[in-house]
Amino acid sequence: MSATSYGWLVLAFPAAGTVVISLGWRLLPGRLPGWIATSAIFLAFLASIGALVDLLDHSEDERQLVDTAWTYASTGNFKAGLSILVDPLSVFMCLVVSGVSFLIHLYSVAYMGGDRGYARYFAYLNFFVFSMLLLVLAGNFVILIIGWAFVGAASYLLISYWYRRQTAVAAGIKAFVINVIGDVALVVAAFLILDKVGSLDLLPVFEKAGDTFARNDGTLVAACLLLLVGAFAKSAQLPLHTWLPDAMEGPTPVSALIHAATMVTAGVYLIARMHPLFEQAPAAADVGAIVGCATLLFAGTVALAVTDLKRVIAYSTISQIGYMVMGVSIAAYGAGLFHLMTHAFFKALLFMGAGSVIGAMAGVQDMDRMGGFRRAMPFTFITFTIGALALAGFPLTAGFFSKDEILAFELNRGGGYAVLGVLGYVGAFLTAFYAFRMVFRVFYGDPVPEAVELEGGHVAHGEPMNPMTGEPEDTDVGFPGPEHHVAERAWPMKGAMGVLAALALVGGYLSVPGISDVIEKFLEPTFADSRFHDTAPTDGAEVLGLVVGGVISIVAIGLAWWVYVREPGTATRIRERLPRVHAFLVNKWYFDELYEALFVRPVATFGGFGRRVIETDFVQGTIVGGATGIVRVGTSFARAIQTGYLRAYALLLLVGVAGLTLYFLINSS
Amino acid sequence: MEITWYLILSAFIFAIGAAGVISRRNPLVVLLCLELMLNAGNLALVAFSRMHGGEAGQVFALIVMVIAACEVVIGLGIIVAMYRNRLPIDIDQMSELRG
Repeated sequence: MSATSYGWLVLAFPAAGTVVISLGWRLLPGRLPGWIATSAIFLAFLASIGALVDLLDHSEDERQLVDTAWTYASTGNFKAGLSILVDPLSVFMCLVVSGVSFLIHLYSVAYMGGDRGYARYFAYLNFFVFSMLLLVLAGNFVILIIGWAFVGAASYLLISYWYRRQTAVAAGIKAFVINVIGDVALVVAAFLILDKVGSLDLLPVFEKAGDTFARNDGTLVAACLLLLVGAFAKSAQLPLHTWLPDAMEGPTPVSALIHAATMVTAGVYLIARMHPLFEQAPAAADVGAIVGCATLLFAGTVALAVTDLKRVIAYSTISQIGYMVMGVSIAAYGAGLFHLMTHAFFKALLFMGAGSVIGAMAGVQDMDRMGGFRRAMPFTFITFTIGALALAGFPLTAGFFSKDEILAFELNRGGGYAVLGVLGYVGAFLTAFYAFRMVFRVFYGDPVPEAVELEGGHVAHGEPMNPMTGEPEDTDVGFPGPEHHVAERAWPMKGAMGVLAALALVGGYLSVPGISDVIEKFLEPTFADSRFHDTAPTDGAEVLGLVVGGVISIVAIGLAWWVYVREPGTATRIRERLPRVHAFLVNKWYFDELYEALFVRPVATFGGFGRRVIETDFVQGTIVGGATGIVRVGTSFARAIQTGYLRAYALLLLVGVAGLTLYFLINSS
Repeated sequence: MEITWYLILSAFIFAIGAAGVISRRNPLVVLLCLELMLNAGNLALVAFSRMHGGEAGQVFALIVMVIAACEVVIGLGIIVAMYRNRLPIDIDQMSELRG
């Protein structure tokens, strides 16, 4: 089988899983939908490996294969097929997406076990993975946009999965609206490119881009900026990031899948995929790098203050995606995608650990109420700590190699990029600190009642309630189920976390400077035309970057230990000393309030004005009322005839007939 | 045979009937007046038939009588229904058709 056949199979399995589960959910008993979905993704993962093996058989310059199933749209001399592009970049993304998704499906089989919407959940989940794979395999802009929009729709469905929770539905709508901003930008960018280049197929566009556009050509920069808007919306970068923390309303495995491992990396993929365009428009690429850097610092500071466990991880995701966007924007493609992979491992692991803790807390997500879970949940503690170490970039873990490779790249390009690199190290310090803030606050300190109960042998069961508002809920369909699952008790959860923990520890060895360079070598054919080959740092510079990063990470972890374990009251004292700063951070730099004042309220005011003045006074009063008024006045004579008296009708009839008779009599004579 | 006198009589009866339909308020009287108008027509038909010597006019007159009978049945039915529902027996009170 050829690589493209494997590519089609990668798409076929999740699509089939979605169809089977959504049509047959009544007939599938117990946990069968979960296992069907999980095996569908596993088969997709195997097909990705097949594509990888087949691709490696080709020589290096023949590793970009396009296959078209049928013509999708054809008007005039424009033609778009349902085509996929199988090249090292898309195969790499397929492997990461399907591999991590498989583990998250496995985790969900147990985690969602008590939920009443079990089959619906897995149908959505499979649909999401299908959309994501369609996005990364797309061979032209049309398919790319379709996959892009499907991903947005699937994330809406999954965030609002507990559809009777009002906060969840609102979060889903918010995510969808912001994603649609990105979709529109992407469509307009595709139009600009079609207008100038005359094709929407990716490879021809990339080939012609260099000849069609001058360097920093106005149209191309505009198109690239629009692509960036699309990428920022999907990847939750400033200023379109506000949907991601709210998206934590979805079930925890959804957060792990969508908001850590796959969907939010779509923006990074897009920038990497469009690199021939961005290299021709360096001004746009610089915007990407600066926004990525600003985002990573912003999200890092917010993660220091937020107390909701899942939201801390969400802000950490925003921050880490900032690193990746910065990396691919400065042509550190290999490093950026390497960080994408390791981040998928350790961030999915952190979310899974958080899910296990939230299960033990019977749905509570507030870190202020957690503590001392170290002895009650040893497995979760160990794996979560491994994830936190990798996130913090602790020496020899996965995040250590990937993050610092990006920063070494920045420093090596010098000038303004070096400033971004230094700021990246500041962000790394924040990252390590808040990662271990979570570990120390959740697992260290005095055990809370739920932890004591778990040590005694059973999982706590509080009153079901919405963790955001504290409102009581029931446990029927549309709400979280009555049972809570912890990793310690369920082997699928344990297995998934174990594999990810192993990957978070050793995943970094795929690319150690001077020793191994698997990822960059493999991705080489896709990025062969990059003009920034010679700006890659030497091995020595990378090793220096690693040492600096490692030292920063250790210092920050030590500081976190000092603040939260050695002197437990320190954090409270700092908060009391700087109430303004704390309020600023806890309120997420007032972004939501700003958008409320800038967009929501003016639109609501305008809507109210429209309803009161335009609709009531103008449309109903003037147009509708005027028309009926004219008819009313015009028909008043006809109405006056309709007296309702039978005798009057009879008289009219008689007069009429008599008149007609007279007329004919006079005319005939 | 002089037809004029028959036609004058027919016209008189028709006019009396029409005047009754237009001016009276009791539905029973209105029905009677309608009968007068129909029979005035019948008279004219029979008179013309005699003058021309054909049967068609007389056949028409027979059909008019059948229709008149039907009309009386329906009209009386309506009046009985009005009475049963304790509505006033006065056609001016039934003016729901007013626009």
